[in-house]
Amino acid sequence: MPKNDLTFLLGGEAGQGIESSATGFAKAIAHAGLHIFDLRDYRSRIRGGHNFAQIRVSAEPLTSHRETVHVLLAMTEEAVRRHYPQVPAGGAILYDEALPVEDAIWEAVQARGVQRFPVPLRKIAEEIGGAVVMMNTAATAAAAGVTRFPFSYIEEIIRVNFGKRGEAMVSANLKVADAAYRYALEHYAGSFDHTIEPIPGAPPRMLLNGNEAFAFGAVAGGCRFAAGYPMTPGSPVLEWLAGHANQYGLVVKHTEDEIAAICMAVGAGHVGARALVPTSGGGFSLMVEALGFAGMSETPVVIYNAQRPGPSTGLPTRQEQGDLLFSLWASQGEFLRVVLAPGTHEEAFEAGWRSFNLAETYQTPVIVLGDHFLATSSRTLEPEALDLSAVQVERGKLLSPAELDALEGEYYRYAITEDGVSPRAVPGHPKAVYVGEGNEHDYQGRIAEEIEDRVALNAKRLRKLETARQSMRPPKRYGPAEAPVMLVGWGSTVMPALEALRILNAERPTAQYLHITDVWPFPAEAVAQALGEARVTIAVENNALGQMARLIRQETGIRLEHFISKYDGRPFSPEYIVRGVREVLHA
Amino acid sequence: MPSMKDLQGRDRPTWCPGCGDHGVLNAVKLAMVNYNIEPHQLLIVTGIGCGSKLPQYMWVNGLHTLHGRDIPIATGAKLANHKLYVMTVSGDGNTYGMGLSHLLHAARRNINITSVVQNNQVYGLTKGQYSPTSETGTVTKTSPPPAGAIEQPVRPLALALIAGATFVARGFAKDPRYLADIIGKALMHRGYALIDVLQPCVTFNRVNTYDWYSERVYKVEEQPGGYDPTDFAAALEKAQEWGDRIPIGILYQVERPTYEDHLPAIREQSLVELGVHRDMAELERLKREFM
Ligand SMILES: Cc1ncc(C[n+]2csc(CCOP(=O)(O)OP(=O)(O)O)c2C)c(N)n1
Ligand code: SF4
Repeated sequence: MPKNDLTFLLGGEAGQGIESSATGFAKAIAHAGLHIFDLRDYRSRIRGGHNFAQIRVSAEPLTSHRETVHVLLAMTEEAVRRHYPQVPAGGAILYDEALPVEDAIWEAVQARGVQRFPVPLRKIAEEIGGAVVMMNTAATAAAAGVTRFPFSYIEEIIRVNFGKRGEAMVSANLKVADAAYRYALEHYAGSFDHTIEPIPGAPPRMLLNGNEAFAFGAVAGGCRFAAGYPMTPGSPVLEWLAGHANQYGLVVKHTEDEIAAICMAVGAGHVGARALVPTSGGGFSLMVEALGFAGMSETPVVIYNAQRPGPSTGLPTRQEQGDLLFSLWASQGEFLRVVLAPGTHEEAFEAGWRSFNLAETYQTPVIVLGDHFLATSSRTLEPEALDLSAVQVERGKLLSPAELDALEGEYYRYAITEDGVSPRAVPGHPKAVYVGEGNEHDYQGRIAEEIEDRVALNAKRLRKLETARQSMRPPKRYGPAEAPVMLVGWGSTVMPALEALRILNAERPTAQYLHITDVWPFPAEAVAQALGEARVTIAVENNALGQMARLIRQETGIRLEHFISKYDGRPFSPEYIVRGVREVLHA
Repeated sequence: MPSMKDLQGRDRPTWCPGCGDHGVLNAVKLAMVNYNIEPHQLLIVTGIGCGSKLPQYMWVNGLHTLHGRDIPIATGAKLANHKLYVMTVSGDGNTYGMGLSHLLHAARRNINITSVVQNNQVYGLTKGQYSPTSETGTVTKTSPPPAGAIEQPVRPLALALIAGATFVARGFAKDPRYLADIIGKALMHRGYALIDVLQPCVTFNRVNTYDWYSERVYKVEEQPGGYDPTDFAAALEKAQEWGDRIPIGILYQVERPTYEDHLPAIREQSLVELGVHRDMAELERLKREFM
């Protein structure tokens, strides 16, 4: 009997409460000591349209969703129609008994060896709870019932989630859940193989998505100011920070537009506060002029771009890694910006604080490239995985008031230095009065157009490129070193890729994965060295052009031979990567 | 107390001789002298334009930024260190064109900064195109004859009032002492202050000259019957008066809590003073929110 290793898919219309019940359901299972990977797929609309959450459960830590679904919880006919092909023999479809599903589909379901579990979800919600909206409570409780997951965990989550809305709400939901749970248990659990059993004594774990991990990391790193204009999937970072602002000493501003957002952050950064702007591609596009201003005036600022498919507003709620080359070259002129591409929740947390260190050390903008998949997928993590004791604060050549007091002679903001970084004073000290300049200027900050000044200052700023390269981490390698195939990816692709490696390497070492997290300045030597050890190289990117592959070629001269591409707005699944590798190997 | 000499910059202005910006520069310095503001206590954020180079020509903290974006940059600086005086100085193209929405949002926030707008009714630095405050019919290279500028001019003071600014004034570059007094009062005012400055551009604006203004301007407080700057309706009326007579002075000033007053995080210390200190125990507790 398969125990503690299955995937639920909760599918229905926007407005049916799929989001919140999936969150509650995942949390309940996590509380029972199990690991979760929770993938979200939704449309850019508030009502109607098909949405789903795919919750994978395991006794082992998880880094990805899978294509296979063992329990399909269908709230609509469309959910059955779309997802039944994902359910393998031995799986089940749990659905409202009144759903108008075509006979042909049920025949196909039966031919696959998939069981049908009709439950009077709507009736229970209406008659026992008094409201159709409780259908999703009924559905998740029924899913718990067929898998024999103890009801106490469902009860606990209902009490926590609905507690704020009053005792009547709690008890109505509890009654609905109880009825649906018992119905499913009595009618179907006996004929269903998969079960979820709590793991006694498992340590309590966190369940959080990449946006939350990044925002938490930013607070841990001393972020004091955040400004933004809502844009999916970046705005949850703004919302999370706003919700924690008073408690943790932050000012968080929802501005009139993205231009104002980055400008405020640059203003805050100029006077010495660690400042962040969360956004997504279109918002980042608007920020580009100010990005250049931060580069020229050497102002630290952190931009978090949770990528989504473009161009323009593209697919607002979907996945793509299409902004890599744009991030590297956005803005006119030449200057250093640091680009980080965290791929896991742990890396998102780390990028949250590390980005500020890099921004202040190199006095320049830092772009953190997240993406929709990382931003919105939740995973269980051991509390130590987000290691607060590892958080360091490096402010670079920021002069303290005491150092300024002791200053002999005049202070020059853009003093020419060997490493390109000038000692930085923030406004407010009598010994360091200066003009921060967006026009070309001399070492004092005076507007300058002479050839010598232009060359000296531009060269100084660009020297930071080489200095900053020393802070760039080499790519991480996963999988057996002797595996002939080297997959090369960046950002969240690492999560499904790690699963893909497990599948590919089950019998013999086949593939390894090169995960590039520090994108710019490019760690060319380390990447070239790793690629030199591979026999077959395959880029794996959520875009059509192979942007990382182009960057690698530009920076190392090495051309990756193959490309597993995906630009349909959906993230990679481990199976998709495995199929891609097998195609390359058998071609 | 700084002297005019202390506020002398390293470089001399590159403005055309006779440009109204010289008067604005003098007024800013005078305001600092009269109101005892040291150069390190003030941050002047500017946009792009002839006048936006002002901090380069005096001794003060400056930040010379982007066209139209000085107000949000100043807002961020103020929120990060509200113990600094923060002022923006920029032209009408900058502030009433590209930056107009930022101006209105700053006014409705009542963020405690002062905006000085050098209103010469043209674009100076890009050589004389018409600006958002040019009169309808103004002929320039981007508003050629016969129609000239087709739009109605922006009425910045009225817009600022409607948006919620708590200090709205107009000065004249020819009278730096009077302007300095307004700037000083604006800096002392708690809340958003807009000062529109009649600033003749001697090179590109042959209509709105010193003489043209001198014949028309009058000080609101000197009008018969006096003037009550807390009367919103009167202020709105004055803000729209333009033509034969042009009012200068403080048209409106009231008290309303500033944006910063509503932020518990900076009640005791500024963000900059808070620095990067984090309470690790609090952060460990925060992890439990995710469990
Ligand atoms: C984004 C952008 N667009 C255009 C310009 C070119 N530009 C420089 S100054 C200016 C207008 C200046 O007019 P105003 O703000 O009235 O200032 P003045 O020069 O009259 O003092 C323009 C359009 C620019 N610097 N940035
Ligand atoms: S062009 Fe006009 S605004 Fe610019 S410096 Fe000359 S007079 Fe002043």
